[in-house]
Amino acid sequence: MNVSPATVDVRSTSYLIEARDVAYNFGETPALRGANLSISEGEILAVMGPSGSGKSTLLHCLAGILAPKRGEIWFSGERVDTLNENERSKLRRDAFGFVFQFGQLVPELTAEENVALPLLLGGLRRSDALERARRWFDRLGISDLERRRSGELSGGQQQRVALARGLVAHPKVLFADEPTGSLDSLTGELVMELLVTAARQDGTTVVLVTHEPRVAAYANREVVVRDGLVSSLVPQPLT
Amino acid sequence: MSVPLTLLGLLEREPSHGYDLKRDYDTFFGRAKPLPFGQVYATLARLSRDGKVAPGEVEPGDGPDRKRYAITEVGKQEFETWLSEPVEPEPHLQTVLFSKVVLALMLGRSAQQYLDTQRAAHLQRMRELTDLKRGESMIDVLLADHGLFHLEADLRWIDMTAARLPLLAEVVTS
Repeated sequence: MNVSPATVDVRSTSYLIEARDVAYNFGETPALRGANLSISEGEILAVMGPSGSGKSTLLHCLAGILAPKRGEIWFSGERVDTLNENERSKLRRDAFGFVFQFGQLVPELTAEENVALPLLLGGLRRSDALERARRWFDRLGISDLERRRSGELSGGQQQRVALARGLVAHPKVLFADEPTGSLDSLTGELVMELLVTAARQDGTTVVLVTHEPRVAAYANREVVVRDGLVSSLVPQPLT
Repeated sequence: MSVPLTLLGLLEREPSHGYDLKRDYDTFFGRAKPLPFGQVYATLARLSRDGKVAPGEVEPGDGPDRKRYAITEVGKQEFETWLSEPVEPEPHLQTVLFSKVVLALMLGRSAQQYLDTQRAAHLQRMRELTDLKRGESMIDVLLADHGLFHLEADLRWIDMTAARLPLLAEVVTS
Protein backbone atom coordinates (compact mmCIF):
# COMPACT_ATOMS: atom_id res chain seq x y z
CA MET A 1 0.00 0.00 0.00
CA ASN A 2 1.32 3.41 -0.89
CA VAL A 3 1.01 5.97 1.82
CA SER A 4 1.56 9.57 0.99
CA PRO A 5 3.89 11.42 3.35
CA ALA A 6 1.29 14.16 3.41
CA THR A 7 -1.26 11.91 5.11
CA VAL A 8 0.99 10.18 7.64
CA ASP A 9 3.46 12.18 9.65
CA VAL A 10 5.39 10.09 12.13
CA ARG A 11 6.36 13.13 14.17
CA SER A 12 2.76 14.05 14.84
CA THR A 13 2.24 10.77 16.68
CA SER A 14 5.59 10.48 18.46
CA TYR A 15 5.25 13.45 20.78
CA LEU A 16 2.46 14.89 22.84
CA ILE A 17 3.23 18.48 21.80
CA GLU A 18 5.19 19.85 18.87
CA ALA A 19 6.02 23.25 17.49
CA ARG A 20 7.23 23.25 13.90
CA ASP A 21 8.85 26.31 12.42
CA VAL A 22 6.65 28.57 14.54
CA ALA A 23 6.86 32.33 13.98
CA TYR A 24 5.02 35.05 15.87
CA ASN A 25 5.47 38.80 15.95
CA PHE A 26 4.05 41.65 17.97
CA GLY A 27 3.54 44.35 15.34
CA GLU A 28 6.88 44.75 13.61
CA THR A 29 8.79 43.01 16.41
CA PRO A 30 9.46 39.29 15.87
CA ALA A 31 9.10 37.21 19.05
CA LEU A 32 9.48 33.76 17.47
CA ARG A 33 11.36 33.24 14.19
CA GLY A 34 10.90 29.56 13.31
CA ALA A 35 10.88 27.75 16.65
CA ASN A 36 10.93 23.94 16.70
CA LEU A 37 10.23 21.92 19.84
CA SER A 38 9.01 18.41 20.65
CA ILE A 39 7.73 17.34 24.07
CA SER A 40 7.05 13.75 25.08
CA GLU A 41 4.10 12.68 27.21
CA GLY A 42 4.89 12.83 30.93
CA GLU A 43 7.97 14.95 30.37
CA ILE A 44 8.77 17.96 32.54
CA LEU A 45 10.45 20.44 30.24
CA ALA A 46 12.08 23.71 31.31
CA VAL A 47 12.07 26.51 28.75
CA MET A 48 14.81 28.98 29.61
CA GLY A 49 16.18 32.10 28.00
CA PRO A 50 16.85 35.78 28.58
CA SER A 51 14.07 38.33 28.98
CA GLY A 52 12.42 39.08 25.66
CA SER A 53 13.82 35.94 24.01
CA GLY A 54 10.34 34.64 23.15
CA LYS A 55 9.96 31.90 25.77
CA SER A 56 6.58 33.08 27.09
CA THR A 57 5.34 33.63 23.54
CA LEU A 58 6.35 30.06 22.74
CA LEU A 59 4.40 28.81 25.76
CA HIS A 60 1.34 30.83 24.68
CA CYS A 61 1.55 29.36 21.16
CA LEU A 62 1.95 25.79 22.46
CA ALA A 63 -1.04 26.32 24.78
CA GLY A 64 -3.29 27.69 22.04
CA ILE A 65 -3.50 31.13 23.67
CA LEU A 66 -1.82 32.71 20.65
CA ALA A 67 -2.18 31.51 17.06
CA PRO A 68 1.22 31.54 15.32
CA LYS A 69 1.64 33.68 12.19
CA ARG A 70 3.55 30.81 10.56
CA GLY A 71 4.26 27.18 11.34
CA GLU A 72 2.33 24.44 13.07
CA ILE A 73 1.41 23.48 16.62
CA TRP A 74 0.48 19.86 17.24
CA PHE A 75 -1.11 18.41 20.36
CA SER A 76 -1.81 14.70 20.74
CA GLY A 77 -1.57 14.14 16.99
CA GLU A 78 -3.84 17.02 15.97
CA ARG A 79 -3.19 20.52 14.68
CA VAL A 80 -3.89 23.28 17.21
CA ASP A 81 -2.92 26.32 15.15
CA THR A 82 -5.71 25.74 12.64
CA LEU A 83 -8.46 25.66 15.29
CA ASN A 84 -10.69 28.69 15.68
CA GLU A 85 -10.81 30.68 18.92
CA ASN A 86 -13.75 28.71 20.36
CA GLU A 87 -12.09 25.37 19.61
CA ARG A 88 -8.82 26.51 21.14
CA SER A 89 -10.68 27.79 24.19
CA LYS A 90 -12.31 24.37 24.61
CA LEU A 91 -8.96 22.62 24.21
CA ARG A 92 -7.39 24.84 26.88
CA ARG A 93 -10.27 24.13 29.27
CA ASP A 94 -10.35 20.36 28.65
CA ALA A 95 -6.70 19.43 28.26
CA PHE A 96 -4.50 22.16 29.71
CA GLY A 97 -3.85 23.69 33.12
CA PHE A 98 -2.07 26.96 33.78
CA VAL A 99 0.02 28.54 36.53
CA PHE A 100 1.40 32.04 36.12
CA GLN A 101 3.58 34.35 38.18
CA PHE A 102 1.05 36.92 39.38
CA GLY A 103 -2.60 37.78 39.78
CA GLN A 104 -4.21 34.54 38.88
CA LEU A 105 -6.80 34.15 41.62
CA VAL A 106 -10.21 35.80 41.39
CA PRO A 107 -10.23 38.06 44.47
CA GLU A 108 -14.00 37.85 45.02
CA LEU A 109 -13.92 34.03 45.30
CA THR A 110 -12.68 31.90 48.18
CA ALA A 111 -9.61 29.74 47.68
CA GLU A 112 -11.73 26.59 47.18
CA GLU A 113 -13.99 28.36 44.68
CA ASN A 114 -10.89 29.47 42.78
CA VAL A 115 -9.64 25.90 42.63
CA ALA A 116 -13.06 24.61 41.58
CA LEU A 117 -13.35 27.16 38.77
CA PRO A 118 -12.04 24.97 35.89
CA LEU A 119 -14.44 22.19 36.95
CA LEU A 120 -17.39 24.58 37.12
CA LEU A 121 -16.51 25.97 33.68
CA GLY A 122 -16.38 22.36 32.46
CA GLY A 123 -19.98 21.86 33.59
CA LEU A 124 -19.50 19.94 36.85
CA ARG A 125 -22.09 20.51 39.60
CA ARG A 126 -20.97 23.04 42.21
CA SER A 127 -21.01 20.60 45.14
CA ASP A 128 -19.00 18.01 43.21
CA ALA A 129 -16.55 20.63 41.97
CA LEU A 130 -15.97 21.96 45.49
CA GLU A 131 -15.52 18.47 46.89
CA ARG A 132 -12.87 17.67 44.29
CA ALA A 133 -11.22 21.04 44.88
CA ARG A 134 -10.95 20.41 48.62
CA ARG A 135 -8.93 17.21 48.06
CA TRP A 136 -6.18 19.35 46.61
CA PHE A 137 -5.91 21.45 49.75
CA ASP A 138 -4.86 18.36 51.70
CA ARG A 139 -2.55 17.25 48.94
CA LEU A 140 -0.73 20.58 48.82
CA GLY A 141 -0.61 21.12 52.58
CA ILE A 142 -3.01 24.09 52.73
CA SER A 143 -6.06 22.39 54.17
CA ASP A 144 -6.92 25.25 56.54
CA LEU A 145 -7.17 27.84 53.77
CA GLU A 146 -10.23 26.72 51.79
CA ARG A 147 -12.47 29.59 52.82
CA ARG A 148 -9.88 32.37 52.64
CA ARG A 149 -9.94 34.93 49.86
CA SER A 150 -6.76 35.64 47.90
CA GLY A 151 -6.11 38.89 49.78
CA GLU A 152 -5.83 36.88 52.99
CA LEU A 153 -3.20 34.51 51.60
CA SER A 154 0.60 34.89 51.45
CA GLY A 155 2.35 34.76 48.08
CA GLY A 156 3.36 31.13 48.61
CA GLN A 157 -0.16 30.15 49.67
CA GLN A 158 -1.63 31.90 46.64
CA GLN A 159 0.75 30.00 44.35
CA ARG A 160 -0.26 26.68 45.93
CA VAL A 161 -3.93 27.54 45.40
CA ALA A 162 -3.12 28.49 41.81
CA LEU A 163 -1.26 25.20 41.38
CA ALA A 164 -4.27 23.29 42.72
CA ARG A 165 -6.48 25.13 40.23
CA GLY A 166 -4.06 24.31 37.41
CA LEU A 167 -4.13 20.60 38.22
CA VAL A 168 -7.67 20.01 39.56
CA ALA A 169 -9.17 19.00 36.21
CA HIS A 170 -6.33 16.48 35.59
CA PRO A 171 -4.98 18.26 32.52
CA LYS A 172 -2.78 16.45 30.03
CA VAL A 173 -0.40 19.40 30.13
CA LEU A 174 0.37 21.97 32.80
CA PHE A 175 1.81 25.21 31.43
CA ALA A 176 3.69 27.10 34.14
CA ASP A 177 5.13 30.54 33.36
CA GLU A 178 7.62 31.66 36.04
CA PRO A 179 5.53 29.98 38.76
CA THR A 180 8.01 30.88 41.50
CA GLY A 181 9.05 34.25 40.10
CA SER A 182 7.45 36.25 42.90
CA LEU A 183 8.45 33.91 45.75
CA ASP A 184 11.50 33.70 48.02
CA SER A 185 13.89 30.78 47.49
CA LEU A 186 12.49 28.51 50.19
CA THR A 187 8.82 29.06 49.27
CA GLY A 188 9.66 28.70 45.59
CA GLU A 189 11.32 25.38 46.33
CA LEU A 190 8.23 24.17 48.18
CA VAL A 191 5.94 25.14 45.30
CA MET A 192 8.22 23.45 42.75
CA GLU A 193 8.46 20.29 44.83
CA LEU A 194 4.65 20.15 45.07
CA LEU A 195 4.25 20.86 41.36
CA VAL A 196 6.72 18.20 40.25
CA THR A 197 5.47 15.59 42.72
CA ALA A 198 1.83 16.08 41.69
CA ALA A 199 2.70 16.08 37.99
CA ARG A 200 4.71 12.85 38.29
CA GLN A 201 2.00 11.13 40.32
CA ASP A 202 -0.66 12.05 37.77
CA GLY A 203 1.51 11.62 34.65
CA THR A 204 0.97 15.27 33.72
CA THR A 205 3.28 16.76 31.12
CA VAL A 206 4.73 20.09 32.30
CA VAL A 207 6.03 22.97 30.21
CA LEU A 208 7.84 25.23 32.65
CA VAL A 209 9.05 28.66 31.56
CA THR A 210 11.69 30.00 33.91
CA HIS A 211 14.84 32.09 33.93
CA GLU A 212 15.94 30.53 37.24
CA PRO A 213 18.37 27.59 36.92
CA ARG A 214 17.35 26.19 40.32
CA VAL A 215 13.74 25.98 39.09
CA ALA A 216 14.82 24.47 35.76
CA ALA A 217 16.71 21.79 37.71
CA TYR A 218 13.35 20.25 38.66
CA ALA A 219 12.72 19.43 34.99
CA ASN A 220 13.83 16.33 33.08
CA ARG A 221 15.23 18.43 30.26
CA GLU A 222 15.74 22.03 29.31
CA VAL A 223 15.77 24.06 26.14
CA VAL A 224 16.92 27.64 25.66
CA VAL A 225 14.98 30.17 23.60
CA ARG A 226 17.31 32.70 22.08
CA ASP A 227 16.29 35.34 19.55
CA GLY A 228 13.05 33.53 18.86
CA LEU A 229 14.66 30.15 18.15
CA VAL A 230 14.91 27.04 20.35
CA SER A 231 18.26 25.41 21.21
CA SER A 232 18.34 22.02 22.87
CA LEU A 233 21.02 21.46 25.48
CA VAL A 234 22.52 17.99 25.38
CA PRO A 235 24.87 17.06 28.22
CA GLN A 236 28.30 15.88 26.99
CA PRO A 237 30.77 13.60 28.80
CA LEU A 238 32.77 15.54 31.36
CA THR A 239 36.53 15.92 31.23
CA MET B 1 43.88 26.86 34.91
CA SER B 2 45.94 24.61 32.63
CA VAL B 3 49.11 26.36 31.47
CA PRO B 4 50.14 23.66 28.96
CA LEU B 5 46.73 23.60 27.26
CA THR B 6 46.54 27.38 27.18
CA LEU B 7 49.98 27.57 25.57
CA LEU B 8 48.87 24.96 23.04
CA GLY B 9 45.85 27.12 22.27
CA LEU B 10 48.02 30.20 21.79
CA LEU B 11 50.34 28.22 19.53
CA GLU B 12 47.46 27.12 17.37
CA ARG B 13 47.16 30.70 16.11
CA GLU B 14 50.71 30.67 14.76
CA PRO B 15 54.19 29.41 15.67
CA SER B 16 55.60 31.65 18.40
CA HIS B 17 58.64 32.36 20.53
CA GLY B 18 58.49 31.76 24.26
CA TYR B 19 58.54 35.48 24.85
CA ASP B 20 55.44 36.03 22.70
CA LEU B 21 53.64 33.23 24.49
CA LYS B 22 54.41 34.72 27.91
CA ARG B 23 53.28 38.17 26.77
CA ASP B 24 49.95 36.88 25.43
CA TYR B 25 49.42 34.59 28.41
CA ASP B 26 49.97 37.46 30.85
CA THR B 27 47.71 39.76 28.82
CA PHE B 28 44.74 37.42 28.70
CA PHE B 29 45.09 34.81 31.43
CA GLY B 30 47.74 35.89 33.92
CA ARG B 31 46.75 39.36 35.02
CA ALA B 32 46.82 38.48 38.71
CA LYS B 33 49.67 35.99 38.35
CA PRO B 34 52.05 36.46 35.41
CA LEU B 35 53.72 33.34 34.05
CA PRO B 36 57.43 33.12 34.94
CA PHE B 37 59.74 32.73 31.95
CA GLY B 38 61.14 29.58 33.51
CA GLN B 39 57.72 27.97 33.54
CA VAL B 40 57.12 28.91 29.90
CA TYR B 41 60.29 27.17 28.72
CA ALA B 42 59.87 24.21 31.08
CA THR B 43 56.32 23.73 29.77
CA LEU B 44 57.43 24.04 26.15
CA ALA B 45 60.19 21.46 26.81
CA ARG B 46 57.64 19.02 28.24
CA LEU B 47 55.22 19.62 25.39
CA SER B 48 58.07 19.09 22.94
CA ARG B 49 59.14 15.86 24.67
CA ASP B 50 55.53 14.61 24.42
CA GLY B 51 55.34 15.47 20.72
CA LYS B 52 52.69 18.18 21.14
CA VAL B 53 54.88 21.04 19.93
CA ALA B 54 57.90 21.10 17.65
CA PRO B 55 60.78 23.59 18.10
CA GLY B 56 62.01 25.24 14.91
CA GLU B 57 65.61 25.84 13.91
CA VAL B 58 67.69 28.15 16.09
CA GLU B 59 67.35 31.55 14.51
CA PRO B 60 70.34 33.86 14.14
CA GLY B 61 70.63 36.73 16.61
CA ASP B 62 71.26 37.51 20.23
CA GLY B 63 69.45 36.39 23.37
CA PRO B 64 68.18 33.02 24.54
CA ASP B 65 64.80 33.16 22.81
CA ARG B 66 65.73 32.14 19.29
CA LYS B 67 63.46 29.16 18.71
CA ARG B 68 59.96 29.38 17.34
CA TYR B 69 57.61 26.64 18.54
CA ALA B 70 54.80 25.17 16.40
CA ILE B 71 51.91 22.99 17.51
CA THR B 72 51.89 19.42 16.11
CA GLU B 73 48.89 17.33 15.04
CA VAL B 74 49.01 15.53 18.40
CA GLY B 75 48.98 18.87 20.21
CA LYS B 76 46.13 20.17 18.07
CA GLN B 77 44.06 17.09 18.80
CA GLU B 78 44.63 17.36 22.55
CA PHE B 79 43.72 21.04 22.56
CA GLU B 80 40.65 20.46 20.37
CA THR B 81 39.37 17.77 22.72
CA TRP B 82 39.94 19.92 25.80
CA LEU B 83 38.26 22.95 24.23
CA SER B 84 35.12 21.16 23.17
CA GLU B 85 34.39 19.25 26.38
CA PRO B 86 32.67 20.63 29.46
CA VAL B 87 34.62 20.56 32.69
CA GLU B 88 33.34 19.03 35.91
CA PRO B 89 30.96 21.61 37.37
CA GLU B 90 32.31 22.76 40.70
CA PRO B 91 32.64 26.05 42.53
CA HIS B 92 35.46 28.38 41.54
CA LEU B 93 36.03 27.12 38.04
CA GLN B 94 35.39 30.48 36.49
CA THR B 95 39.00 30.83 35.38
CA VAL B 96 38.72 27.66 33.28
CA LEU B 97 35.37 28.73 31.83
CA PHE B 98 36.86 32.12 31.06
CA SER B 99 39.93 30.66 29.39
CA LYS B 100 37.85 28.40 27.17
CA VAL B 101 35.62 31.26 26.08
CA VAL B 102 38.55 33.57 25.30
CA LEU B 103 40.50 30.90 23.43
CA ALA B 104 37.44 29.84 21.43
CA LEU B 105 36.86 33.45 20.34
CA MET B 106 40.55 34.02 19.66
CA LEU B 107 40.64 31.00 17.36
CA GLY B 108 37.35 31.70 15.62
CA ARG B 109 35.55 28.74 17.21
CA SER B 110 32.02 28.80 18.53
CA ALA B 111 32.19 30.14 22.08
CA GLN B 112 28.39 30.04 22.11
CA GLN B 113 28.43 26.31 21.49
CA TYR B 114 30.91 25.81 24.31
CA LEU B 115 28.80 27.90 26.69
CA ASP B 116 25.70 25.87 25.76
CA THR B 117 27.61 22.64 26.41
CA GLN B 118 28.78 23.94 29.77
CA ARG B 119 25.27 25.13 30.63
CA ALA B 120 23.92 21.63 29.95
CA ALA B 121 26.61 20.10 32.20
CA HIS B 122 25.80 22.56 34.98
CA LEU B 123 22.07 21.92 34.74
CA GLN B 124 22.62 18.17 34.74
CA ARG B 125 24.59 18.51 37.99
CA MET B 126 21.89 20.79 39.41
CA ARG B 127 19.27 18.13 38.63
CA GLU B 128 21.35 15.56 40.52
CA LEU B 129 21.66 17.87 43.52
CA THR B 130 17.92 18.66 43.40
CA ASP B 131 17.19 14.91 43.50
CA LEU B 132 19.60 14.55 46.42
CA LYS B 133 17.52 17.07 48.37
CA ARG B 134 14.56 14.68 48.30
CA GLY B 135 16.39 12.40 50.75
CA GLU B 136 15.84 12.42 54.48
CA SER B 137 19.03 14.13 55.56
CA MET B 138 18.98 17.87 56.24
CA ILE B 139 22.78 17.82 56.00
CA ASP B 140 22.45 16.57 52.42
CA VAL B 141 19.90 19.28 51.73
CA LEU B 142 22.18 22.02 53.01
CA LEU B 143 25.22 20.68 51.15
CA ALA B 144 23.17 20.33 47.97
CA ASP B 145 21.89 23.91 48.41
CA HIS B 146 25.46 25.13 48.70
CA GLY B 147 26.38 23.44 45.45
CA LEU B 148 23.19 24.60 43.72
CA PHE B 149 23.73 28.26 44.55
CA HIS B 150 27.35 28.15 43.36
CA LEU B 151 26.34 26.45 40.13
CA GLU B 152 23.61 29.02 39.68
CA ALA B 153 26.18 31.79 40.04
CA ASP B 154 28.25 30.16 37.28
CA LEU B 155 25.16 29.94 35.09
CA ARG B 156 24.42 33.63 35.58
CA TRP B 157 27.99 34.32 34.49
CA ILE B 158 27.48 32.02 31.46
CA ASP B 159 24.31 33.95 30.53
CA MET B 160 26.02 37.31 30.87
CA THR B 161 29.02 36.14 28.88
CA ALA B 162 26.79 34.71 26.14
CA ALA B 163 25.14 38.12 25.86
CA ARG B 164 28.54 39.83 25.67
CA LEU B 165 30.25 37.47 23.21
CA PRO B 166 30.31 39.90 20.26
CA LEU B 167 32.03 42.59 22.36
CA LEU B 168 34.43 40.11 23.92
CA ALA B 169 35.30 38.78 20.45
CA GLU B 170 36.28 42.28 19.36
CA VAL B 171 38.60 42.63 22.36
CA VAL B 172 40.43 39.31 22.02
CA THR B 173 40.85 39.38 18.25
CA SER B 174 41.92 43.02 17.91
